[in-house]
Amino acid sequence: MAIHSTVTESKIQYRGDGSSLEMSEPNKFDAGNLRSEEMILNVGPQHPSTHGVLRLEVLSDGEVVKEVVPHIGYLHRCFEKHAENLPYNQIIPFVDRLDYVASMNNEHAYVMGVERMMGISDQIPKRVEYIRVLVAEINRIASHLIAIGTYGMDIGAFTPFFWAIRDREHILRLLEWVCGSRLLYNYIWIGGLYYDVPVGFEDRCKEFIQYFRPKVKELEDLLISNKIFIERTANVGVLPLNLAINGGATGPMLRGSGLRFDLRRVDGYSVYPELDFEIPIGEGMVGATGDCWDRTWVRVREMEESLKIMEQCLHRLTTDHRRTVEFDPQALLPKKIRPQAQDFYIRAENPKGELGFFFRADGKSDIPFRCKVRSCSLVNLSLLPEISRGVLMADLIAILGSIDIVLGEVDR
Amino acid sequence: MNDTSANSTLGPGQIIPLDAASGATAYKESFGNSGVIVTKLDNLFSWSRLSSLFPMTFGLACCAIEFMSTGSTPYDMDRFGMAPRSSPRQSDVMIIAGTVTFKMADRIRRLYEQMAEPRYVISMGSCANCGGPYWQHGYHVVKGVDRIIPVDVYVPGCPPRPEALIGGILKLHEKIRGESILNA
Amino acid sequence: MPDMEVDKVIAFASERQIILKKAEGISIPPTLVVDAKDLVALSESLHRDKAFYFDQLSCVTGLDNGPEAGTMEVIYHVYSIPFNQSLGLKVILPRDGATVDSLCGIWKSANWMEREVFDMYGILFNHHPDLRRILMPADWEGHPLRKDYQQQETYRQIKVSS
Repeated sequence: MAIHSTVTESKIQYRGDGSSLEMSEPNKFDAGNLRSEEMILNVGPQHPSTHGVLRLEVLSDGEVVKEVVPHIGYLHRCFEKHAENLPYNQIIPFVDRLDYVASMNNEHAYVMGVERMMGISDQIPKRVEYIRVLVAEINRIASHLIAIGTYGMDIGAFTPFFWAIRDREHILRLLEWVCGSRLLYNYIWIGGLYYDVPVGFEDRCKEFIQYFRPKVKELEDLLISNKIFIERTANVGVLPLNLAINGGATGPMLRGSGLRFDLRRVDGYSVYPELDFEIPIGEGMVGATGDCWDRTWVRVREMEESLKIMEQCLHRLTTDHRRTVEFDPQALLPKKIRPQAQDFYIRAENPKGELGFFFRADGKSDIPFRCKVRSCSLVNLSLLPEISRGVLMADLIAILGSIDIVLGEVDR
Repeated sequence: MNDTSANSTLGPGQIIPLDAASGATAYKESFGNSGVIVTKLDNLFSWSRLSSLFPMTFGLACCAIEFMSTGSTPYDMDRFGMAPRSSPRQSDVMIIAGTVTFKMADRIRRLYEQMAEPRYVISMGSCANCGGPYWQHGYHVVKGVDRIIPVDVYVPGCPPRPEALIGGILKLHEKIRGESILNA
Repeated sequence: MPDMEVDKVIAFASERQIILKKAEGISIPPTLVVDAKDLVALSESLHRDKAFYFDQLSCVTGLDNGPEAGTMEVIYHVYSIPFNQSLGLKVILPRDGATVDSLCGIWKSANWMEREVFDMYGILFNHHPDLRRILMPADWEGHPLRKDYQQQETYRQIKVSS
């Protein structure tokens, strides 16, 4: 039945055969050398629970996972090549697309790095800094909502996903009002912002905080303290603290294992030292410290802390650093972004962990000689084989969901 | 079809549009309380196919997040009879939501071949359309998914809003409406 | 984070017969150039020593200086959580046959980051448990971030360039 008469068949260049899949990414385990009870199970890259295009090669003995080999790179979009070919300010849209559920946080880290390299970081007006922190914290909530919502869906609860997306939609509308785009913002610029926040934005944010506070509680009642959820996640995928540190885990993954370590507090960048917030850690309330439940719980608590930060930012933005007619967030944008020659490593706390940028500027051009991303999702994901040896197949999905990866950042 | 108020105003054998947008027409005659529709078999097939398009749950990149938004509460893809299916063998339409890389190309082709005909492809977002922002320096990005599989509808945007994706789906409806399974 | 006292590290290393020198130019965090053969010994002692205790490997960066300079670099950023201090360690390698010892035995996070450097630059890591390509397809030609990289014409007959 040839229905596709109008479709552009002639454009198709692809010529592959049956062996193409095996050639582009061969399995690590040889199917011919397995013991009789062992089996290789392929999960992904098209799988509803892998959060994108991650492929897991699972060596299993019946229902028990013996070894997991993650295969990544299905979304390798050559960020570092683009960064070597584009001026600093034009890299920002590509930075957005790294961790695409938390674009503001990515931009904040990147822009901060370039500003420090140029030595203008202390001239940035306070109002700009507060707006940056405000939008970054709103986006942190959105990212955690996706993490928790999809995690619920991974282990069989469908409703929390819908509720989380419903609340996230309010955030997207707020951010769209700020910068005109729903997902990828390009809002924080080197030396300032695209625009000041729109008139009335502060009030809408306050309304959102009032609306969202009970919703966090609701989500907690619905999912986090649900008996079934606890049964599925407590004592599953326990990440001991020494392994977490040695393996480079950061963000909620490290805090879930019980270390009070948050770069917003440790490095004290931007205006975070002036803000009052707590750093939640996993305490093993329902199982061992560092299990999947702890990591999810840390995310829920962090959303509350982000609300607190937002409130303080809004307070400062309406009192000390009020909107004025002459305030221009683009006033300090440098005409020529040309940092002096140096190696520079900046890191910042993203919703998923430590996002780092390594720059090498040659001092002669507007284009970085090298810009490397230290991706938190990549490093966190590399711990998956360590903590999923000997678990059941269903728990593997629970562990993977609790790591909260975004493949755009894993593969870059 | 059991609209009694309409029955009262229509005489037997009167032609009424079955679906105003499709332009398909049908004879409707009343026999007692129930209605009987007389229509072309092709129109009926098309109408039923387009009213229950099952997309494959297949997110690649940023656009997948917007695809998720489209599928859930605020935009509610279920209004169009669409429920995401996890297996290509159960789905009618494949929404390529995101950047297609060379490593993924083999997989996309395989998934496409696993879908049963008639099958449709919506290319969502600039990356899937033509490589998008990765056009120039993206050594690992396929510059357009139409180099791998045939595409029916292109949705522009980076990422497209959920409304744009819904617009693309409605465009696909139009296309299906014009098709004839029996005479193909 | 406070700046690392580099002189302390240099003195610490010279006790162990390892010569370190400061990297040229500005580098933040302070970076030391170490010989490739001493890298593992130095990292091991910096990781174990009570005065430094670098317990996390944050970032492994590969870098190609181009065919004219003829060198490649691998830069390791290590971080000490208890002392809140960062340090960069830089290894300079010749461009042909660049090889350096793997740090997987010390920090588990080195595993994937070194695989990525291998994938992008073709730098080999001795004693790495699983040195395969990580991001690119296994049958891809060349290492894309090298300065002299020529991308292949087609892959599975699909045109690679735009």
